[in-house]
Amino acid sequence: MMFGRNALSLRGIGAHTIDALWRLGYATRFLGLTITHSGTSLRRPRLIIREIYYTGVLSLVIILVSGLFVGMVLGFQGYHTLQTYGSESALGVLVALSLVRELGPVVSALLFASRAGSAVTAEVGLMKATEQLAAMEMMAVDPIARVMAPRFWAGVISMPLLAAMFSAMGVFGGYLVGVVLIGVDQGTFWSQMQAAVDFREDVLNGVIKSCVFGVAISWIAVFEGYDAPPTAEGVSGATTRTVVTSSLAVLGLDFIMTAFMFQGV
Amino acid sequence: MASEYLVEIRNLTYAYGPRPVLVNIDMAIPRGKVVAIMGISGSGKTTILRLIGGVIAAQRGEVLFDGQKVDPRARAQLYRQRRRMGMLFQFGALFTDLSVFDNVAFQVREHTDLPESMVRDLVLMKLHAVGLRAAHASMPGELSGGMARRVALARAIALDPALMMYDEPFTGLDPIALGVTANLVRRLNSALGITSIVVTHDVAEALKIVDYVYYLSQGRIVAKGTPEEMRANPDPLVRQFVYGQAEGPVSYQYPSRPIAEELGV
Repeated sequence: MMFGRNALSLRGIGAHTIDALWRLGYATRFLGLTITHSGTSLRRPRLIIREIYYTGVLSLVIILVSGLFVGMVLGFQGYHTLQTYGSESALGVLVALSLVRELGPVVSALLFASRAGSAVTAEVGLMKATEQLAAMEMMAVDPIARVMAPRFWAGVISMPLLAAMFSAMGVFGGYLVGVVLIGVDQGTFWSQMQAAVDFREDVLNGVIKSCVFGVAISWIAVFEGYDAPPTAEGVSGATTRTVVTSSLAVLGLDFIMTAFMFQGV
Repeated sequence: MASEYLVEIRNLTYAYGPRPVLVNIDMAIPRGKVVAIMGISGSGKTTILRLIGGVIAAQRGEVLFDGQKVDPRARAQLYRQRRRMGMLFQFGALFTDLSVFDNVAFQVREHTDLPESMVRDLVLMKLHAVGLRAAHASMPGELSGGMARRVALARAIALDPALMMYDEPFTGLDPIALGVTANLVRRLNSALGITSIVVTHDVAEALKIVDYVYYLSQGRIVAKGTPEEMRANPDPLVRQFVYGQAEGPVSYQYPSRPIAEELGV
Protein backbone atom coordinates (compact mmCIF):
# COMPACT_ATOMS: atom_id res chain seq x y z
CA MET A 1 0.00 0.00 0.00
CA MET A 2 2.74 2.39 1.08
CA PHE A 3 4.71 1.52 -2.02
CA GLY A 4 1.70 2.21 -4.19
CA ARG A 5 1.20 5.68 -2.77
CA ASN A 6 4.89 6.53 -3.16
CA ALA A 7 4.84 5.36 -6.72
CA LEU A 8 1.77 7.48 -7.30
CA SER A 9 3.32 10.65 -5.88
CA LEU A 10 6.53 9.93 -7.76
CA ARG A 11 4.52 9.67 -10.92
CA GLY A 12 2.82 12.97 -9.98
CA ILE A 13 6.20 14.69 -9.57
CA GLY A 14 7.35 13.23 -12.88
CA ALA A 15 4.21 14.39 -14.64
CA HIS A 16 4.56 17.90 -13.18
CA THR A 17 8.21 18.08 -14.19
CA ILE A 18 7.53 16.96 -17.72
CA ASP A 19 4.64 19.39 -17.90
CA ALA A 20 6.78 22.29 -16.66
CA LEU A 21 9.59 21.44 -19.07
CA TRP A 22 7.16 21.12 -21.96
CA ARG A 23 5.73 24.53 -21.13
CA LEU A 24 9.19 26.07 -20.88
CA GLY A 25 10.02 24.66 -24.30
CA TYR A 26 6.76 25.93 -25.71
CA ALA A 27 7.39 29.39 -24.23
CA THR A 28 10.91 29.42 -25.67
CA ARG A 29 9.60 28.50 -29.09
CA PHE A 30 7.07 31.29 -28.73
CA LEU A 31 9.84 33.76 -27.85
CA GLY A 32 11.76 32.63 -30.92
CA LEU A 33 8.69 33.13 -33.10
CA THR A 34 8.05 36.56 -31.60
CA ILE A 35 11.61 37.65 -32.35
CA THR A 36 11.68 36.22 -35.87
CA HIS A 37 8.26 37.76 -36.61
CA SER A 38 9.37 41.23 -35.52
CA GLY A 39 9.81 42.52 -39.07
CA THR A 40 6.36 44.13 -39.16
CA SER A 41 7.03 46.01 -35.91
CA LEU A 42 10.43 47.22 -37.07
CA ARG A 43 9.03 48.38 -40.41
CA ARG A 44 6.14 50.12 -38.67
CA PRO A 45 7.61 51.58 -35.46
CA ARG A 46 4.26 53.25 -34.80
CA LEU A 47 2.98 49.87 -33.59
CA ILE A 48 5.71 49.72 -30.93
CA ILE A 49 5.37 53.39 -30.00
CA ARG A 50 1.66 52.93 -29.34
CA GLU A 51 2.42 50.03 -26.98
CA ILE A 52 5.22 51.98 -25.29
CA TYR A 53 2.57 54.54 -24.41
CA TYR A 54 0.35 51.88 -22.81
CA THR A 55 3.05 49.92 -21.01
CA GLY A 56 5.70 52.56 -20.36
CA VAL A 57 4.15 56.01 -20.22
CA LEU A 58 1.12 54.90 -18.24
CA SER A 59 3.44 53.20 -15.71
CA LEU A 60 5.31 56.47 -15.11
CA VAL A 61 3.19 57.67 -12.21
CA ILE A 62 3.62 54.57 -10.07
CA ILE A 63 7.33 54.33 -10.99
CA LEU A 64 8.11 57.97 -10.19
CA VAL A 65 6.13 58.08 -6.95
CA SER A 66 7.63 54.80 -5.74
CA GLY A 67 11.12 55.98 -6.69
CA LEU A 68 10.65 59.17 -4.72
CA PHE A 69 9.47 57.35 -1.60
CA VAL A 70 12.10 54.63 -1.77
CA GLY A 71 14.75 57.37 -2.06
CA MET A 72 13.32 59.30 0.87
CA VAL A 73 13.22 56.20 3.06
CA LEU A 74 16.80 55.41 2.02
CA GLY A 75 17.70 58.95 3.10
CA PHE A 76 16.29 58.43 6.59
CA GLN A 77 17.61 54.90 7.10
CA GLY A 78 21.01 55.66 5.58
CA TYR A 79 21.45 58.77 7.65
CA HIS A 80 20.50 56.92 10.81
CA THR A 81 23.08 54.17 10.22
CA LEU A 82 25.88 56.37 8.85
CA GLN A 83 25.52 58.84 11.70
CA THR A 84 26.54 56.11 14.17
CA TYR A 85 29.94 55.99 12.46
CA GLY A 86 30.13 59.72 11.94
CA SER A 87 30.05 59.40 8.17
CA GLU A 88 26.81 61.21 7.26
CA SER A 89 28.68 62.80 4.39
CA ALA A 90 28.56 59.45 2.57
CA LEU A 91 24.77 59.57 2.46
CA GLY A 92 24.72 60.57 -1.23
CA VAL A 93 26.94 57.61 -2.13
CA LEU A 94 24.78 55.17 -0.20
CA VAL A 95 21.56 56.40 -1.75
CA ALA A 96 22.91 56.50 -5.31
CA LEU A 97 24.69 53.13 -5.19
CA SER A 98 21.74 51.32 -3.62
CA LEU A 99 19.48 52.72 -6.30
CA VAL A 100 21.47 52.32 -9.51
CA ARG A 101 22.88 48.91 -8.61
CA GLU A 102 19.91 47.19 -6.99
CA LEU A 103 16.76 48.97 -5.99
CA GLY A 104 16.23 50.89 -9.21
CA PRO A 105 16.26 47.93 -11.60
CA VAL A 106 14.65 45.42 -9.20
CA VAL A 107 11.88 47.49 -7.62
CA SER A 108 10.91 49.14 -10.90
CA ALA A 109 10.85 45.69 -12.55
CA LEU A 110 8.54 44.35 -9.84
CA LEU A 111 6.26 47.35 -10.24
CA PHE A 112 6.39 47.07 -14.02
CA ALA A 113 5.43 43.39 -13.85
CA SER A 114 2.38 44.11 -11.75
CA ARG A 115 1.33 47.30 -13.51
CA ALA A 116 2.11 46.66 -17.19
CA GLY A 117 2.80 42.91 -17.40
CA SER A 118 -0.56 42.00 -15.94
CA ALA A 119 -2.31 44.47 -18.25
CA VAL A 120 -0.65 42.98 -21.33
CA THR A 121 -1.57 39.43 -20.30
CA ALA A 122 -5.19 40.38 -19.59
CA GLU A 123 -5.49 42.26 -22.88
CA VAL A 124 -3.99 39.52 -25.03
CA GLY A 125 -5.91 36.82 -23.13
CA LEU A 126 -9.20 38.63 -23.67
CA MET A 127 -8.41 39.20 -27.33
CA LYS A 128 -8.00 35.46 -27.60
CA ALA A 129 -11.16 34.70 -25.60
CA THR A 130 -13.25 37.02 -27.78
CA GLU A 131 -11.86 35.46 -30.98
CA GLN A 132 -10.07 38.67 -32.00
CA LEU A 133 -6.84 36.76 -32.57
CA ALA A 134 -8.67 34.11 -34.59
CA ALA A 135 -10.33 36.85 -36.64
CA MET A 136 -6.95 38.44 -37.32
CA GLU A 137 -5.55 35.08 -38.33
CA MET A 138 -8.47 34.60 -40.74
CA MET A 139 -7.74 38.02 -42.25
CA ALA A 140 -4.30 36.69 -43.16
CA VAL A 141 -2.63 38.90 -40.54
CA ASP A 142 -0.26 37.07 -38.23
CA PRO A 143 -1.22 37.82 -34.58
CA ILE A 144 2.32 37.10 -33.40
CA ALA A 145 3.73 39.77 -35.70
CA ARG A 146 0.89 42.26 -35.26
CA VAL A 147 -0.06 41.87 -31.58
CA MET A 148 2.65 39.98 -29.68
CA ALA A 149 5.87 41.41 -31.13
CA PRO A 150 4.99 45.12 -30.65
CA ARG A 151 3.97 44.46 -27.04
CA PHE A 152 7.12 42.47 -26.40
CA TRP A 153 9.46 45.14 -27.79
CA ALA A 154 7.57 47.94 -26.06
CA GLY A 155 8.22 46.23 -22.72
CA VAL A 156 11.88 45.62 -23.55
CA ILE A 157 12.39 49.28 -24.46
CA SER A 158 10.34 50.73 -21.59
CA MET A 159 11.92 48.78 -18.75
CA PRO A 160 15.44 50.32 -18.68
CA LEU A 161 14.01 53.79 -19.20
CA LEU A 162 11.61 53.36 -16.31
CA ALA A 163 14.38 51.96 -14.11
CA ALA A 164 16.55 54.99 -14.92
CA MET A 165 13.72 57.33 -14.00
CA PHE A 166 13.07 55.37 -10.81
CA SER A 167 16.73 55.76 -9.78
CA ALA A 168 16.83 59.46 -10.67
CA MET A 169 13.69 60.10 -8.69
CA GLY A 170 15.11 58.06 -5.79
CA VAL A 171 18.30 60.11 -5.70
CA PHE A 172 16.15 63.22 -5.64
CA GLY A 173 14.13 61.74 -2.74
CA GLY A 174 17.34 60.99 -0.84
CA TYR A 175 18.47 64.57 -1.46
CA LEU A 176 15.17 65.96 -0.17
CA VAL A 177 15.41 64.04 3.09
CA GLY A 178 19.19 64.15 3.60
CA VAL A 179 20.00 67.69 2.52
CA VAL A 180 16.78 69.68 2.73
CA LEU A 181 15.20 68.04 5.75
CA ILE A 182 18.08 66.78 7.88
CA GLY A 183 20.71 69.24 6.76
CA VAL A 184 23.57 67.12 5.38
CA ASP A 185 25.97 69.38 3.51
CA GLN A 186 24.83 69.74 -0.06
CA GLY A 187 28.36 69.93 -1.47
CA THR A 188 29.56 66.70 0.11
CA PHE A 189 26.28 64.92 -0.74
CA TRP A 190 26.71 65.48 -4.49
CA SER A 191 30.52 65.47 -4.78
CA GLN A 192 30.93 62.20 -2.88
CA MET A 193 28.23 60.67 -5.02
CA GLN A 194 29.96 61.77 -8.20
CA ALA A 195 33.30 60.49 -7.02
CA ALA A 196 32.07 57.10 -5.84
CA VAL A 197 29.59 56.06 -8.52
CA ASP A 198 31.40 54.45 -11.44
CA PHE A 199 29.67 54.55 -14.79
CA ARG A 200 30.67 51.10 -16.00
CA GLU A 201 30.69 49.25 -12.70
CA ASP A 202 27.50 50.69 -11.27
CA VAL A 203 25.33 52.47 -13.78
CA LEU A 204 25.93 50.19 -16.76
CA ASN A 205 25.47 47.05 -14.69
CA GLY A 206 22.16 48.43 -13.47
CA VAL A 207 21.10 49.11 -17.05
CA ILE A 208 22.07 45.58 -18.11
CA LYS A 209 19.96 44.20 -15.28
CA SER A 210 16.92 46.20 -16.21
CA CYS A 211 17.26 45.21 -19.89
CA VAL A 212 17.28 41.53 -18.89
CA PHE A 213 14.27 42.10 -16.62
CA GLY A 214 12.50 43.85 -19.48
CA VAL A 215 12.95 40.83 -21.75
CA ALA A 216 11.87 38.39 -19.02
CA ILE A 217 8.74 40.30 -17.98
CA SER A 218 7.59 41.07 -21.53
CA TRP A 219 8.18 37.49 -22.61
CA ILE A 220 6.22 36.07 -19.68
CA ALA A 221 3.39 38.61 -20.00
CA VAL A 222 2.85 38.14 -23.73
CA PHE A 223 3.23 34.36 -23.56
CA GLU A 224 0.79 33.94 -20.67
CA GLY A 225 -1.79 36.01 -22.53
CA TYR A 226 -1.29 34.06 -25.75
CA ASP A 227 -1.48 30.74 -23.93
CA ALA A 228 -4.42 31.65 -21.64
CA PRO A 229 -7.44 29.34 -21.84
CA PRO A 230 -10.19 31.42 -23.50
CA THR A 231 -12.40 31.69 -20.41
CA ALA A 232 -12.82 34.13 -17.52
CA GLU A 233 -10.89 31.88 -15.12
CA GLY A 234 -8.30 31.23 -17.79
CA VAL A 235 -7.51 34.91 -18.25
CA SER A 236 -7.54 35.67 -14.52
CA GLY A 237 -5.24 32.70 -13.84
CA ALA A 238 -2.88 33.81 -16.59
CA THR A 239 -2.74 37.36 -15.22
CA THR A 240 -1.89 36.08 -11.76
CA ARG A 241 0.77 33.78 -13.20
CA THR A 242 2.35 36.68 -15.05
CA VAL A 243 2.79 38.68 -11.86
CA VAL A 244 4.01 35.74 -9.77
CA THR A 245 6.30 34.20 -12.38
CA SER A 246 7.83 37.45 -13.55
CA SER A 247 8.41 38.69 -9.99
CA LEU A 248 10.19 35.45 -9.11
CA ALA A 249 12.10 35.56 -12.39
CA VAL A 250 13.25 39.11 -11.63
CA LEU A 251 14.51 38.14 -8.17
CA GLY A 252 16.19 34.98 -9.41
CA LEU A 253 17.84 36.68 -12.39
CA ASP A 254 18.95 39.54 -10.15
CA PHE A 255 20.73 37.13 -7.85
CA ILE A 256 22.49 35.37 -10.73
CA MET A 257 23.53 38.60 -12.44
CA THR A 258 24.72 40.18 -9.19
CA ALA A 259 26.81 37.09 -8.46
CA PHE A 260 28.45 37.38 -11.90
CA MET A 261 28.95 41.11 -11.64
CA PHE A 262 30.63 40.79 -8.24
CA GLN A 263 32.95 38.09 -9.50
CA GLY A 264 35.38 40.62 -10.90
CA VAL A 265 35.43 42.75 -7.73
CA MET B 1 -10.66 26.09 -66.70
CA ALA B 2 -11.80 26.90 -63.20
CA SER B 3 -14.10 24.37 -61.64
CA GLU B 4 -17.73 25.32 -61.11
CA TYR B 5 -17.16 24.82 -57.40
CA LEU B 6 -15.24 27.35 -55.30
CA VAL B 7 -14.82 25.02 -52.36
CA GLU B 8 -14.60 21.26 -52.56
CA ILE B 9 -14.30 18.94 -49.61
CA ARG B 10 -13.31 15.38 -50.39
CA ASN B 11 -13.64 12.39 -48.12
CA LEU B 12 -12.72 14.44 -45.08
CA THR B 13 -12.36 13.01 -41.60
CA TYR B 14 -11.47 15.06 -38.56
CA ALA B 15 -11.18 13.83 -35.00
CA TYR B 16 -10.61 15.80 -31.84
CA GLY B 17 -8.51 13.40 -29.80
CA PRO B 18 -10.22 10.02 -29.94
CA ARG B 19 -13.62 11.61 -30.66
CA PRO B 20 -14.51 11.80 -34.37
CA VAL B 21 -16.06 15.19 -35.18
CA LEU B 22 -16.48 14.78 -38.92
CA VAL B 23 -16.58 11.48 -40.80
CA ASN B 24 -16.16 11.05 -44.56
CA ILE B 25 -17.54 14.42 -45.53
CA ASP B 26 -17.95 15.24 -49.23
CA MET B 27 -19.16 18.71 -50.07
CA ALA B 28 -19.08 21.01 -53.05
CA ILE B 29 -19.91 24.70 -52.80
CA PRO B 30 -20.88 26.13 -56.21
CA ARG B 31 -19.64 29.58 -57.16
CA GLY B 32 -22.05 32.44 -56.57
CA LYS B 33 -24.41 30.46 -54.37
CA VAL B 34 -25.38 30.70 -50.71
CA VAL B 35 -25.01 27.31 -49.09
CA ALA B 36 -26.12 26.50 -45.56
CA ILE B 37 -24.53 23.90 -43.34
CA MET B 38 -27.13 23.02 -40.75
CA GLY B 39 -27.36 20.70 -37.83
CA ILE B 40 -27.88 20.70 -34.11
CA SER B 41 -25.21 22.08 -31.78
CA GLY B 42 -22.15 19.86 -31.66
CA SER B 43 -22.76 18.29 -35.06
CA GLY B 44 -19.42 19.59 -36.39
CA LYS B 45 -20.67 22.56 -38.44
CA THR B 46 -18.20 25.15 -37.19
CA THR B 47 -15.36 22.65 -37.54
CA ILE B 48 -16.01 22.60 -41.30
CA LEU B 49 -15.49 26.37 -41.45
CA ARG B 50 -12.29 26.03 -39.46
CA LEU B 51 -11.07 23.39 -41.87
CA ILE B 52 -11.87 25.51 -44.92
CA GLY B 53 -10.10 28.47 -43.31
CA GLY B 54 -7.06 26.30 -42.61
CA VAL B 55 -7.21 26.92 -38.85
CA ILE B 56 -7.02 23.19 -38.27
CA ALA B 57 -5.86 20.31 -40.43
CA ALA B 58 -7.91 17.25 -41.29
CA GLN B 59 -6.56 13.82 -40.45
CA ARG B 60 -7.81 12.42 -43.75
CA GLY B 61 -9.19 13.86 -46.96
CA GLU B 62 -8.68 17.31 -48.38
CA VAL B 63 -10.18 20.75 -48.73
CA LEU B 64 -9.78 22.58 -52.03
CA PHE B 65 -10.26 26.31 -52.31
CA ASP B 66 -10.50 27.48 -55.91
CA GLY B 67 -8.83 24.27 -57.00
CA GLN B 68 -5.91 24.64 -54.61
CA LYS B 69 -5.42 22.55 -51.51
CA VAL B 70 -5.86 24.30 -48.14
CA ASP B 71 -2.90 23.24 -46.04
CA PRO B 72 -2.27 24.85 -42.61
CA ARG B 73 1.40 23.91 -42.83
CA ALA B 74 2.02 25.89 -46.04
CA ARG B 75 1.62 29.23 -44.32
CA ALA B 76 2.51 31.57 -47.17
CA GLN B 77 0.04 29.88 -49.49
CA LEU B 78 -2.58 29.68 -46.75
CA TYR B 79 -2.29 33.42 -46.09
CA ARG B 80 -2.70 34.10 -49.82
CA GLN B 81 -5.84 31.97 -49.80
CA ARG B 82 -7.17 33.64 -46.68
CA ARG B 83 -6.92 37.05 -48.30
CA ARG B 84 -9.68 35.81 -50.60
CA MET B 85 -11.82 34.51 -47.74
CA GLY B 86 -13.90 36.49 -45.29
CA MET B 87 -15.25 35.11 -42.08
CA LEU B 88 -17.94 36.46 -39.81
CA PHE B 89 -17.49 35.17 -36.29
CA GLN B 90 -20.43 34.32 -34.06
CA PHE B 91 -20.12 37.46 -31.94
CA GLY B 92 -18.32 39.62 -34.47
CA ALA B 93 -14.86 39.46 -32.87
CA LEU B 94 -14.30 43.17 -33.49
CA PHE B 95 -11.01 44.63 -32.25
CA THR B 96 -12.17 46.37 -29.10
CA ASP B 97 -9.26 48.83 -29.04
CA LEU B 98 -10.05 50.17 -32.51
CA SER B 99 -12.98 52.31 -33.65
CA VAL B 100 -15.57 50.97 -36.09
CA PHE B 101 -13.78 52.81 -38.91
CA ASP B 102 -10.37 51.39 -37.98
CA ASN B 103 -11.83 47.91 -37.64
CA VAL B 104 -13.15 47.99 -41.20
CA ALA B 105 -9.94 49.64 -42.43
CA PHE B 106 -7.77 47.04 -40.68
CA GLN B 107 -7.35 44.60 -43.55
CA VAL B 108 -7.08 47.35 -46.13
CA ARG B 109 -4.23 48.98 -44.23
CA GLU B 110 -2.51 45.67 -43.49
CA HIS B 111 -2.62 44.30 -47.03
CA THR B 112 -2.54 47.30 -49.33
CA ASP B 113 -0.64 50.57 -49.67
CA LEU B 114 -3.70 52.61 -50.60
CA PRO B 115 -3.55 56.31 -49.67
CA GLU B 116 -5.60 57.23 -46.60
CA SER B 117 -8.19 59.13 -48.67
CA MET B 118 -8.94 55.99 -50.65
CA VAL B 119 -9.06 53.87 -47.48
CA ARG B 120 -11.61 56.30 -46.14
CA ASP B 121 -13.82 56.04 -49.23
CA LEU B 122 -13.58 52.26 -49.25
CA VAL B 123 -14.41 51.93 -45.55
CA LEU B 124 -17.37 54.29 -45.77
CA MET B 125 -18.68 52.37 -48.80
CA LYS B 126 -18.50 49.07 -46.92
CA LEU B 127 -20.13 50.58 -43.85
CA HIS B 128 -22.83 52.04 -46.09
CA ALA B 129 -23.48 48.57 -47.51
CA VAL B 130 -24.33 47.31 -44.01
CA GLY B 131 -26.25 50.48 -43.17
CA LEU B 132 -23.85 51.76 -40.52
CA ARG B 133 -21.96 54.59 -42.17
CA ALA B 134 -23.07 56.92 -39.39
CA ALA B 135 -21.48 54.72 -36.73
CA HIS B 136 -17.96 54.96 -38.13
CA ALA B 137 -16.59 56.91 -35.18
CA SER B 138 -18.10 54.66 -32.49
CA MET B 139 -16.13 52.14 -30.48
CA PRO B 140 -17.24 48.47 -30.65
CA GLY B 141 -18.29 48.58 -26.99
CA GLU B 142 -20.94 51.19 -27.85
CA LEU B 143 -22.71 48.98 -30.41
CA SER B 144 -25.56 46.53 -29.93
CA GLY B 145 -24.96 42.86 -30.76
CA GLY B 146 -26.65 43.14 -34.15
CA MET B 147 -24.75 46.29 -35.09
CA ALA B 148 -21.44 44.79 -34.01
CA ARG B 149 -22.08 41.84 -36.29
CA ARG B 150 -22.85 44.10 -39.21
CA VAL B 151 -19.65 46.05 -38.64
CA ALA B 152 -17.79 42.73 -38.53
CA LEU B 153 -19.46 41.86 -41.81
CA ALA B 154 -18.29 45.14 -43.34
CA ARG B 155 -14.79 44.34 -42.09
CA ALA B 156 -14.91 40.85 -43.58
CA ILE B 157 -15.92 42.11 -47.03
CA ALA B 158 -13.49 45.05 -47.00
CA LEU B 159 -11.20 43.48 -49.58
CA ASP B 160 -13.98 41.85 -51.63
CA PRO B 161 -13.35 38.20 -50.80
CA ALA B 162 -14.36 35.40 -53.15
CA LEU B 163 -15.79 33.38 -50.28
CA MET B 164 -17.70 34.56 -47.23
CA MET B 165 -18.13 32.23 -44.28
CA TYR B 166 -20.71 32.98 -41.62
CA ASP B 167 -20.48 31.24 -38.26
CA GLU B 168 -23.93 31.28 -36.64
CA PRO B 169 -24.76 34.77 -37.92
CA PHE B 170 -28.30 34.76 -36.52
CA THR B 171 -27.63 33.71 -32.92
CA GLY B 172 -28.90 36.07 -30.24
CA LEU B 173 -30.43 38.66 -32.57
CA ASP B 174 -33.87 40.22 -32.18
CA PRO B 175 -36.34 39.44 -35.02
CA ILE B 176 -35.66 42.73 -36.84
CA ALA B 177 -31.88 42.46 -36.63
CA LEU B 178 -32.22 38.84 -37.67
CA GLY B 179 -34.19 39.74 -40.79
CA VAL B 180 -31.75 42.53 -41.61
CA THR B 181 -28.74 40.25 -41.26
CA ALA B 182 -30.33 37.48 -43.33
CA ASN B 183 -31.20 39.88 -46.13
CA LEU B 184 -27.74 41.31 -45.99
CA VAL B 185 -26.16 37.88 -46.46
CA ARG B 186 -28.29 37.30 -49.55
CA ARG B 187 -27.88 40.82 -50.94
CA LEU B 188 -24.12 40.95 -50.50
CA ASN B 189 -23.82 37.60 -52.19
CA SER B 190 -25.55 38.87 -55.30
CA ALA B 191 -24.13 42.39 -55.25
CA LEU B 192 -20.51 41.38 -54.77
CA GLY B 193 -20.75 38.18 -56.79
CA ILE B 194 -19.30 36.11 -53.97
CA THR B 195 -19.94 32.62 -52.69
CA SER B 196 -21.28 32.21 -49.16
CA ILE B 197 -21.33 29.42 -46.62
CA VAL B 198 -23.69 29.94 -43.70
CA VAL B 199 -23.35 27.72 -40.66
CA THR B 200 -26.54 27.93 -38.68
CA HIS B 201 -29.23 26.12 -36.78
CA ASP B 202 -31.79 28.80 -37.48
CA VAL B 203 -33.87 26.79 -39.95
CA ALA B 204 -36.67 29.24 -40.73
CA GLU B 205 -34.36 32.13 -41.57
CA ALA B 206 -31.80 30.05 -43.40
CA LEU B 207 -34.25 28.23 -45.64
CA LYS B 208 -35.53 31.61 -46.83
CA ILE B 209 -32.21 32.86 -48.13
CA VAL B 210 -30.04 29.92 -49.16
CA ASP B 211 -29.76 28.01 -52.43
CA TYR B 212 -28.63 24.70 -51.06
CA VAL B 213 -28.49 22.95 -47.69
CA TYR B 214 -26.22 20.33 -46.18
CA TYR B 215 -27.67 18.76 -43.06
CA LEU B 216 -25.16 17.33 -40.62
CA SER B 217 -25.76 14.97 -37.76
CA GLN B 218 -23.06 13.49 -35.56
CA GLY B 219 -20.35 14.43 -38.01
CA ARG B 220 -21.98 12.94 -41.09
CA ILE B 221 -23.99 14.48 -43.90
CA VAL B 222 -27.42 12.89 -43.54
CA ALA B 223 -29.32 15.03 -46.03
CA LYS B 224 -28.71 17.63 -48.70
CA GLY B 225 -30.78 19.53 -51.18
CA THR B 226 -32.53 22.77 -51.98
CA PRO B 227 -34.70 24.36 -49.27
CA GLU B 228 -37.83 22.89 -50.93
CA GLU B 229 -36.31 19.43 -50.94
CA MET B 230 -35.38 19.81 -47.29
CA ARG B 231 -38.90 20.85 -46.31
CA ALA B 232 -40.30 17.85 -48.19
CA ASN B 233 -37.67 15.41 -46.89
CA PRO B 234 -39.40 12.44 -45.24
CA ASP B 235 -36.39 11.45 -43.09
CA PRO B 236 -37.57 11.77 -39.46
CA LEU B 237 -34.18 13.20 -38.46
CA VAL B 238 -34.52 16.04 -40.98
CA ARG B 239 -38.21 16.58 -40.23
CA GLN B 240 -37.54 16.89 -36.52
CA PHE B 241 -34.92 19.57 -37.19
CA VAL B 242 -36.73 21.47 -39.93
CA TYR B 243 -39.98 21.61 -38.00
CA GLY B 244 -38.37 21.99 -34.56
CA GLN B 245 -40.10 19.00 -32.95
CA ALA B 246 -39.12 18.09 -29.39
CA GLU B 247 -39.66 14.38 -29.95
CA GLY B 248 -37.92 12.41 -32.66
CA PRO B 249 -34.74 10.52 -33.38
CA VAL B 250 -32.67 13.21 -31.66
CA SER B 251 -33.16 12.84 -27.93
CA TYR B 252 -33.52 15.87 -25.66
CA GLN B 253 -31.59 14.00 -23.00
CA TYR B 254 -27.84 13.70 -23.21
CA PRO B 255 -27.14 9.94 -23.44
CA SER B 256 -27.36 8.65 -19.86
CA ARG B 257 -28.57 5.87 -17.62
CA PRO B 258 -32.35 5.66 -17.12
CA ILE B 259 -33.46 8.19 -14.51
CA ALA B 260 -35.06 5.54 -12.30
CA GLU B 261 -31.76 3.73 -12.06
CA GLU B 262 -29.90 7.00 -11.36
CA LEU B 263 -32.29 7.95 -8.54
CA GLY B 264 -32.28 4.40 -7.17
CA VAL B 265 -36.06 3.85 -7.34
